[in-house]
Amino acid sequence: MSVQPTAQAELTAPLYNFAYLDEQTKRMIRRTILKAIAIPGYQVPFGSREMPVPYGWGTGGIQVTASIIGRSDVFKCIDQGADDTTNAVSIRRFFAKIAEVAVTESTAEATIIQTRHRIPEKDLQEGQVMVFQVPQPEPLRGLEPRETETRAMHAYEEYGLQYVSLYESVSAYRRIAATASYPVIVDERYLMSPSPIPKFDNPKLHMSPALMLFGAGREKRIYAVPPYTRVRSLDFEDYPFETQRWDDVCALCGAEESYLDEVVLDDQGNRMFVCSDSNHCGERRAEGHVGPMADHALAGATS
Amino acid sequence: MSPLDLSAVKPGFADPVHQSQAVFRQVMQAMSRPGTRARLDLDVKPPEGLDAAAAAFALTFLDIDTPVWLSPALAGGETETFVRFHCGCPVTQSPASAAFAFAGRDTASAPLSAFNPGSEKYPDQSTTLVLACSAFDGGPQLVLEGPGIKLVAVISPVGLPATFIEDWRQNQARFQCGVDLVLTCGSEAICLPRSIRIELKGA
Repeated sequence: MSVQPTAQAELTAPLYNFAYLDEQTKRMIRRTILKAIAIPGYQVPFGSREMPVPYGWGTGGIQVTASIIGRSDVFKCIDQGADDTTNAVSIRRFFAKIAEVAVTESTAEATIIQTRHRIPEKDLQEGQVMVFQVPQPEPLRGLEPRETETRAMHAYEEYGLQYVSLYESVSAYRRIAATASYPVIVDERYLMSPSPIPKFDNPKLHMSPALMLFGAGREKRIYAVPPYTRVRSLDFEDYPFETQRWDDVCALCGAEESYLDEVVLDDQGNRMFVCSDSNHCGERRAEGHVGPMADHALAGATS
Repeated sequence: MSPLDLSAVKPGFADPVHQSQAVFRQVMQAMSRPGTRARLDLDVKPPEGLDAAAAAFALTFLDIDTPVWLSPALAGGETETFVRFHCGCPVTQSPASAAFAFAGRDTASAPLSAFNPGSEKYPDQSTTLVLACSAFDGGPQLVLEGPGIKLVAVISPVGLPATFIEDWRQNQARFQCGVDLVLTCGSEAICLPRSIRIELKGA
């Protein structure tokens, strides 16, 4: 039985618009992104669409990426720093299929890097775009549940409550206990949540050569940090901002300066620390760096 | 209302999906790096009075949701039919209600203070103004500082209103409110978001 030419054309025609979203939606998101860049750190409301993944899986980031991506882009996606986790693989495949773009695990090769939780260890370059998947864009939400109030607090730069919260942390724990979503001030004006990146990555936001775009799908907000913009993590003179440190090095590549994940190996108390940035770790091992457990079975799994 | 003479309307993008993406990415980079020149050099034949870059910008960003204000030099002419036909956007007579505004060479007819600066709570609802410059070189040297600029950037566009520096100072002073500016010349564009400071060189 032969297939009719028209039916065949229908079968081979793309089922969705380029990059999934319709053009009207892309225009709306693009206008939102321009305003977000013009007002660094301010959360711009946008008409978030339903995406083919549930909220919490990166719908905001996917919509931002879909609105900016073009056929010549090289796309990288990481989840907790790793390129090979389920969510990262799904989103990377999504854009490879729906936008026909090249994909990579290499930080240096990528033009767009979509992320949850981490900023890559390798220094970013001019022209690169980071897209963050943000669960809760409002840094003040845990302190003030009403949107009308937090909006006014941002409008009039009333951030005293945030400092009180940090002070309470100091009085209870003798340090600022927040380790992720550590609040920052962008260009000395807007209080911003850097999304749940570890505070280890906060300094990478300051004067970065790359453009940082943040998309929150469920909360319907987009915000941005332009390249070469001052980003200051909140602290006190006597309790200065500090990042996490580890006594261990990466068990696979021996890195001392990278963000480490703890991996429980058995029920005998054995554990190892490995780079959370899988591409960074793999590149270091390829260069010949060797960690104390370099011959462990996990070394093959993450290369 | 007389029927539209379609033969007089300049064509839009031949490939709207990818050309508008290409233009957007250039504009996004230019907006995040104020002072740098974006080349919106797609094969766009602009209507009378509009630069190719401004026409490409209009095709990329305007639609039914964006009221547009046109300067006296552009209103009622080819540009108005162009944006109405290709973008379907409402054309407004009131600069304060425009989401986007376009001025031709009559840049003095579009003072920054006439447009919507947004409100303290919703500064994103401000107007984006597209101004046509006659050249990007040879004008008074303007020094730019602020987010997106590593140290300083210098531009020297020709054709801005004489009061521009003072107008911009007032525009910048009311940050987070303010008007965002896109300068166009031929197929190039320079973006000046409200967040940056502009001074005359040597001033």
